[in-house]
Amino acid sequence: MSAIIEQSHHDDHHHGPAKGLMRWVFTTNHKDIGTLYLWFSFCMFLLGGSFALVIRAELFQPGLQLVQPEFFNQMTTMHGLIMVFGAVMPAFVGLANWLIPMMIGAPDMALPRMNNYSFWILPFAFTMLASTLLMEGGGPNFGWTFYAPLSTDYAPPSVTFFIFAVHLMGISSIMGSINVVVTILNLRAPGMTLMKMPLFVWTWLITAYLLIAVMPVLAGVVTMMLMDIHFGTSFFNAGGGGDPVLFQHVFWFFGHPEVYIMILPAFGVVSAIIPTFARKRLFGYASMVYATSSIAFLSFIVWAHHMFTVGMPLAGELYFMYATMLIAVPTGVKVFNWVATMWQGSMTFETPMLFAIAFVILFTIGGLSGLMLSIAPADFQYHDTYFVVAHFHYVLVPGSVFSIMAAVYYWLPKWTGHMYDETLGKTHFWLSFVGVNVTFFPQHFIGLAGMPRRIPDYALQFADYNMVSSVGAFLFGFSQLLFLFIIIKCIRTGKKATAQVWEGAHGLEWTVASPAPYHTFTTPDEVDMKEAHG
Amino acid sequence: MDIAKQSKWLVALSLLLSSSMVYADWTVNMRQGVTQISREVYELHMLIFWVCVAIGVVVFSVMIFSMLMHRKSIGAVPADFHDNTKVEILWTVIPVIILVAMAVPATRTLSDMYDTGNAEIDIEVRGLQWKWQYTYLNDDPAKEISFVSSLLTDRDEVNNLARKREHYLLDVDNEMVIPVNTRVRFLVTSGDTLHAWWVPDFAVKRDAIPGFIHEAWTVVDKPGVYRGQCAELCGKDHGFMPVVVRVVERAEYDTWMAGKQADALAVYETVGKEWTKEELMVKGEEVYNRVCAACHQVNGQGIPPAFPSLVGQGLAVGPIDAHLDIVLNGKAGSAMQSFKGQLNAAEIAAVVTYERNAWGNDVGDLIQPRKVNEMMSGE
Repeated sequence: MSAIIEQSHHDDHHHGPAKGLMRWVFTTNHKDIGTLYLWFSFCMFLLGGSFALVIRAELFQPGLQLVQPEFFNQMTTMHGLIMVFGAVMPAFVGLANWLIPMMIGAPDMALPRMNNYSFWILPFAFTMLASTLLMEGGGPNFGWTFYAPLSTDYAPPSVTFFIFAVHLMGISSIMGSINVVVTILNLRAPGMTLMKMPLFVWTWLITAYLLIAVMPVLAGVVTMMLMDIHFGTSFFNAGGGGDPVLFQHVFWFFGHPEVYIMILPAFGVVSAIIPTFARKRLFGYASMVYATSSIAFLSFIVWAHHMFTVGMPLAGELYFMYATMLIAVPTGVKVFNWVATMWQGSMTFETPMLFAIAFVILFTIGGLSGLMLSIAPADFQYHDTYFVVAHFHYVLVPGSVFSIMAAVYYWLPKWTGHMYDETLGKTHFWLSFVGVNVTFFPQHFIGLAGMPRRIPDYALQFADYNMVSSVGAFLFGFSQLLFLFIIIKCIRTGKKATAQVWEGAHGLEWTVASPAPYHTFTTPDEVDMKEAHG
Repeated sequence: MDIAKQSKWLVALSLLLSSSMVYADWTVNMRQGVTQISREVYELHMLIFWVCVAIGVVVFSVMIFSMLMHRKSIGAVPADFHDNTKVEILWTVIPVIILVAMAVPATRTLSDMYDTGNAEIDIEVRGLQWKWQYTYLNDDPAKEISFVSSLLTDRDEVNNLARKREHYLLDVDNEMVIPVNTRVRFLVTSGDTLHAWWVPDFAVKRDAIPGFIHEAWTVVDKPGVYRGQCAELCGKDHGFMPVVVRVVERAEYDTWMAGKQADALAVYETVGKEWTKEELMVKGEEVYNRVCAACHQVNGQGIPPAFPSLVGQGLAVGPIDAHLDIVLNGKAGSAMQSFKGQLNAAEIAAVVTYERNAWGNDVGDLIQPRKVNEMMSGE
């Protein structure tokens, strides 16, 4: 409330947004920057999605119809890179920007100017990355995991631009996560102790530490590539005494925590939404915090389960198998807690809740196939097949992406001041739900039947399921245009939203007006403990 | 839409559907395979699968029950509980017990897979862009045989200009042949980038890595032809380098081996004779289309800049010694590999001659296999 009083005391040009395009270029307001991140991520989602549709169109039938293998490889690579670094990660950063200050009662992010830089690096990084597709020799074609020596000795010349783009994304992520850590540790309102923070804030705090720990590792590995390509070193070149397997160890030391970077904030989102629509407090709040921390710790010591077929010694295989299986325990705790939150609640099923429930079910399926993959001897059959593709798409699409959609529907009334169109929202949910499952479920089967991943053409026995999968992909892809329409409609018009928006919503963000004023929590208020988290 | 147009669409649609329905294969599960290990792996897979199904059924039943019974629309009132340490401990401990139970058989199978000793036959498997080279190691170098196994499927089938035959993309010119009920060890390595040698029916998958030799082994108990594919992205034609292993009775294997050894001797003799330009061109075209066309294309135009054109420029119309050198030794840091281990002297002489005199490259000269052989052995 104090924010509104404050505003009336001062000249509004200090408090309201600037006018025109320059508002967005120079803004240091966490809400503006959150909006920029979210729109950027949506653009990348559509771009990466269109690459996926090129892939699925080519795989609709056996034979080469639309694209040649060298372009196909560029599509698989760019699809992965854009979705991971351009769509999912910036979307969560966007949510963090919008929500963390409002959830902990802070006036803004702690380092607003840096916040502006970390966003504005991204459009340049991704323009550079996408422009490689137009360069002589084509864009990166070595998979998003860019294993050496395919990405060094055998790479197209554009690989150098890819390396610089990765460096830029890394700088952006590191700055963004430092900002999150500093904000959470320093700008909490009085009374907002760590164990009273909403889980979304907790999961982001842990995610930010993961990012600070591993993005430099990624920067290191691409720099070693750069040295190998241009300066005659042999980090990964066996002919010069280097080690191609070293690349994989270093990459996955980054890559496995990266996987959790893309799912921990999703856990936070779902932990906010389920209690609201179950009208019941989150079950096992403390155990959720401990489970998240355990998952983050384990993420550093399991990396080589991506490399079971690489020829590690038996002891190494066994260690990584056992450590990986352990992750199932804290992950299970989280799922059980969500189910216990729903148990004996008083549930309604608005669009955010539908996405959150679908998240729990489909993420669990992806988690269970992950448990299967952890069994090293069986992984010899699963590794680098469509079974793996199905597994990580189940945790990333109906996992991370559904949680982002759930978050958008959940907080959209707070952002825009309007309710979204519930009928259209539910339609979007059901189209996406059906589309995702039709796309990815059959991929389990073709994987088990023996289809390797990253191939532009396949043997005839895989034809039927591939066709089904492609149909699903187009359904899912085009459904997202409906999502865009719903968001635009909600921004322009719709029923006025109340401050609390949802009957069962708890948390400081629901105590400010809808749409949230440009500046909130400008004076530190005493926090009502019951309102801190759901 | 008029009738003619409609029927045209129907025909197109039915063709589309029938082309895949002919091979309708709705297999949903991993194959059991033909080795002790592959069956163990299959059983592990089924065990963990049913464990996952059981967990899923329990968790989802509770969720669905809750969604049906605890909804506001039927008047459910929210309960007030939000913590229970006993329950938390229970659902931490139970998964741990399940995991330990899973780890025991998995550890046993994994140890068996790693026990690579006592092999009767050693085969070096070398991944190359985009084919496999198999060398049957032998203490007597004269008896050691080596050959390259590459895709047999026509480019026309891939480009939908010809009907796709059975074993589309899973057929090779030279299969690996091994005897049944015999312990065979594979020494897997790579000559260029990463590959992975995978035969699902054996549950053998090993990454082929330049600079490393990794072991895998198998004992196949049923004769037959077993097909797999490269399982690690290795560039443009990653999807076009199948693995085919023919498993035969011991006697048949011995006959095959003797034949291969005799072939090697015969090649040695043909290298010595004087070849005409026509013979070299015919042989050269065959070798070129089999080995070189994947990158440099059938018309020699290549896909610049990764795969340069050979027409009217570069080494193919330059000094013959430099041309021969790049074919023999490859070019470091590029996709151009060394062929002296893959092709014999006659094949190399023929392909060099062909490249210099095809597609309007009328250099006019030729090189004799004998000369190539001298260069190869001189090194």
